[in-house]
Amino acid sequence: MLSLGQVLPGPNVVNLALMVGDRFFGPRGAAAALAGMLGAPLVIVLLLASLAASLAHHPVAAGAVRGMGAVAAGLIFATGAKLAPALRKNPLPLALCAAAVVATWGTVGLLRVPMVWVVLGIGGAMLTLAWWRLGSRHER
Amino acid sequence: MNADTLLALFGHFLAMSMLAIGGALATTPDVHRYLVDERAWLTDAQFSAGIAIAQAAPGPNLLFVPVLGFAVAGLPGAFVSLAGMLIPSTALALAASRWGGRRRETRFVRAFVAGLAPVTVGLLLASATLLAAPYSRSASALGVVAVAALLSWRTKASPVWLIAAGAAVGALGWV
Repeated sequence: MLSLGQVLPGPNVVNLALMVGDRFFGPRGAAAALAGMLGAPLVIVLLLASLAASLAHHPVAAGAVRGMGAVAAGLIFATGAKLAPALRKNPLPLALCAAAVVATWGTVGLLRVPMVWVVLGIGGAMLTLAWWRLGSRHER
Repeated sequence: MNADTLLALFGHFLAMSMLAIGGALATTPDVHRYLVDERAWLTDAQFSAGIAIAQAAPGPNLLFVPVLGFAVAGLPGAFVSLAGMLIPSTALALAASRWGGRRRETRFVRAFVAGLAPVTVGLLLASATLLAAPYSRSASALGVVAVAALLSWRTKASPVWLIAAGAAVGALGWV
């Protein structure tokens, strides 16, 4: 269920909670899981956001938010870096995976191509190659 | 509140939900394009602040979505954005869950995971690049980005403490 939750579009943790809720308690369980995952954090994060907005003119607060933003960017770099070693276990060759990472990063991050074209283009091509490779390995 | 704005927010996040392969944060480049570049509803600073606040708070990282919606259009904006982000992925997760774990290892599912894993990594790096871009004129800010990335990647430092440290450094005016 975890791997399925990670594959699907949408937030992983939320998908997982939803599927567990649904499996054991049906639609009402799914709804309860969703509310449980998101209710309290949503209230907290919106309170923080309105606090930050009301302090935005204050130079110290604005500086603090700038610092937080820089760290947030760093954290997302790290998330990407932590996922990269898993590509070694990918059925596709590592060099091809690396090329797809760089191509996706360059087109979306530098050239600012809309994601839909990149996901359909590079993602579609990689999926097709993986499909073909998994099949040919299976036959052997 | 302008109903057109709310409808546009809802529609945008509906589309983003379907593209959120590998997590909500990977859609940041397109969300930024829409809210900041196309609509000019948010400034770069407001956008980065929204992401940072959502990272600092407890809960799933998709909460940056209602935070940005809140910055655009208040509480109604927060709710329509979150609803847009959740409805397609939720429906799909339930459908997939019922379609059954037994078919999880089919060739298509395995090819999907294998093919899209590198794209996910690329999208995360692109999101981070985009969020770091406004800091590119300040060497000290880029230093903060790099140190945060290294600490988070190589140590078990908790994101909350890293963000708190970033807030302290920023409050001192060093970023």
